[in-house]
Amino acid sequence: MEAVDLARLQFGVTTIYHFLFVPLSIGLAYLIAFMQTMYVIRDDEKYKQMAKFWGKIFLLNFAVGVVTGIMQEFQFGMNWADYSRFVGAVFGGPLAVEALVSFFLESTFLGIWIFGWDRLSKKVHLACIWLVAIAATLSALWILSANAFMQEPVGFEIVNGRAEMTDFFALLGNKQLWVEFPHVIFGALATGAFFMTGISAYKIVRKQQLNIFRPSFNIAIAVALVSSLLTAFAGHDQAQHLMTSQPMKMAASEGLWHTSGESAPWTVIASIDPEKQENSFQLEVPYLLSVLSYNKLTGSVPGMLELQDQYVQQYGEGNYIPPVRTTFWSFRIMVGAGMLMILLGILGVYKAIRGRVEGSTRYLRWMLPAIALPFIANTSGWIMTEVGRQPWIVFGLQHTEEGVSPLVSSGMVATTLIGFTVVYGLVAAAFIYLVVRTVREGADVDAKHHVGGKAANNAPPAALL
Amino acid sequence: MLETVWFILITVLFIGFFFLEGFDFGVGMLTPILGKSDTERRVLINTIGPFWDGNEVWLITAGGAMFAAFPNWYATLFSGFYMALFLMLLALIGRGVAFEFRSKLENPKWRSMWDWIISIGSFLPALLWGVALANLMRGVPIDENMNYVGSFWDLLSPYSVVGGASMVMLFLLHGALFLSLKTEGDLRLKARGVAQKIGAWTSAVLLLFVVLSYFETDMFASRGISPGMVPILAGMALLSVHFFIKANRDGWAFIMTGATIVLSTITVFSLMFPNVMISTLNPDWSLTIYNAASNTYTLKVMTIVAVSTIPLVLAYQIWTYWVFRKRVSASDHLDY
Repeated sequence: MEAVDLARLQFGVTTIYHFLFVPLSIGLAYLIAFMQTMYVIRDDEKYKQMAKFWGKIFLLNFAVGVVTGIMQEFQFGMNWADYSRFVGAVFGGPLAVEALVSFFLESTFLGIWIFGWDRLSKKVHLACIWLVAIAATLSALWILSANAFMQEPVGFEIVNGRAEMTDFFALLGNKQLWVEFPHVIFGALATGAFFMTGISAYKIVRKQQLNIFRPSFNIAIAVALVSSLLTAFAGHDQAQHLMTSQPMKMAASEGLWHTSGESAPWTVIASIDPEKQENSFQLEVPYLLSVLSYNKLTGSVPGMLELQDQYVQQYGEGNYIPPVRTTFWSFRIMVGAGMLMILLGILGVYKAIRGRVEGSTRYLRWMLPAIALPFIANTSGWIMTEVGRQPWIVFGLQHTEEGVSPLVSSGMVATTLIGFTVVYGLVAAAFIYLVVRTVREGADVDAKHHVGGKAANNAPPAALL
Repeated sequence: MLETVWFILITVLFIGFFFLEGFDFGVGMLTPILGKSDTERRVLINTIGPFWDGNEVWLITAGGAMFAAFPNWYATLFSGFYMALFLMLLALIGRGVAFEFRSKLENPKWRSMWDWIISIGSFLPALLWGVALANLMRGVPIDENMNYVGSFWDLLSPYSVVGGASMVMLFLLHGALFLSLKTEGDLRLKARGVAQKIGAWTSAVLLLFVVLSYFETDMFASRGISPGMVPILAGMALLSVHFFIKANRDGWAFIMTGATIVLSTITVFSLMFPNVMISTLNPDWSLTIYNAASNTYTLKVMTIVAVSTIPLVLAYQIWTYWVFRKRVSASDHLDY
């Protein structure tokens, strides 16, 4: 493999891995902040125990998110030096602001939150977790504004062969950002909520600590449903925006080779042949793609081959069609997972309202593996977005292969790729082991146990169940 | 003008990183060595528990600021010092999760494994940053397209290794003194003992580095702006540490290692100015704050953001140290 392929693989592996932890952190931060708010308002120990239990998992997760985020900050310079030189004057801005405004806030106040339970007044301590949640959200905003620039460059001009920022507020007002950001944030909330629902369901089935996990389930299932629905709506907005900003990605995600007729059908599944540039088989729902794209029954959707001709005229010779199969299927996996989430959310909320959660053993058992759904949706969504932008690293401005570090050899990239993959794998193994253990142990219901470190170590929480 | 402002701001960010993470690297390195029992180790880790993550953000911010203000510096440095950076990242990854993971299981082997990861994960970045700074001072092979044309091994020379050792020693001393302020009883005595033992060695290694710098770099001759009295003050601060420890003034001793770090960083950066990466192949191929910088508009926006947020960051980070100002003792609630 060439250095550029390895560098892409490395970016894919490390970024997908990083983004398994980030949405869970954001989602759990808000849920924990809510629980701790209830504790402060109602002065009910139960909520404190809830916040502390979920806090343990949150912290394990946050730690992995932070350390893999450091890697993200440096990898542009390491593997993508020419990209960094080309866009640094625009793209570097949001990254620096993210560190200055959000990451400092988040890391500092998380430290205070972890160690501050006995040191601060309840309200100040509560403010810390809210600051963490808000800072993490702002973090996402800055990072996504950088990503939105790659999808839809705005607020810049090309001077001496590089992009220079001309309007900071154009970057922040990028239409792409404001369809992308809500989609990601609601997706993050859904991730935290499904995680919490699944773990709570597991504990409820085992009839363990129902006073903790019953309310956890109820809070989380409501958030799960609402945020899954909002993610879908925001996703719909994003798809409509794609029609104008990156029609090629849209066409690829639909496996649409030729511009459709006046009313475009939606392809449910297809057998795509990228060599012959046709689908040997496809299952269609009439009108649906027009409805999805324009909110009406008619409206033609441009196909890849026509767009290819248009791009050749606009950008010169080259292949502007992204890997179609990957784009097509990652989109369907994301939508499928999202639909399942909404369905499970509706079912769960219905059961919770009717007070039938505990009796629904089969449903509860399904909710544990359902934790995987938001992670699958997040991952495939990003694969669709990033693979669907190819061959561009910055849409319309720079090709991906032009962005790599010119003198970093494929051997070096391969070495670091293997190194990061092995270390990330080991970290994941330890992480999963610790989360499973934390869940088995359950919440510390004996609030008095933490007088002195020794006592804390010796208290066997499992025996209290 | 704005290029100079950003050169200063990045210097400030590195000072923040070296000063703050310096002591938590020091504590990290010392943890498995000083802490004989599990409780002792837990106490040592808890002295930096609430702070280390916030401290590390100074490095992340320095990286982000280089990307935004000097994209060519960012690109050349990180693609050039590729393997060194890779090792540093692995170290920081291991160390970061270790703080969170180590106490989750009772198993002594599990804990000892993570404690050593903390120690090595603190040692390696300190060493590598020292090596990197020495290379920045001496210059590295950079071609006319701003690309580093050497290998990882070219970064290692007796001179740069002494640079790495200086950083390690300085951070160890800084960390030991931090512990003398944050622990009590036996641990405190042990930390002071370490500080006393390595104080003279640290001065010796740093002196060696300064002498070698005279022969290995041409900083003293031609480049940069004269740092004036700053390096001399740095040396005096370091020498005074020993006397402050003897006089039972641990607080002052810690301030003096801090001052050494701050003043040495200022010295190095002002001697480099206006270069950010010196080419040993051809002086015309060096990266300077001018040919590495972003456009004026970007620098302006970033200046506004940085100047308005850095004081705020300092304020709430200082508040953190105030909240956790008490010494950590074995009778505290240690497990969070």
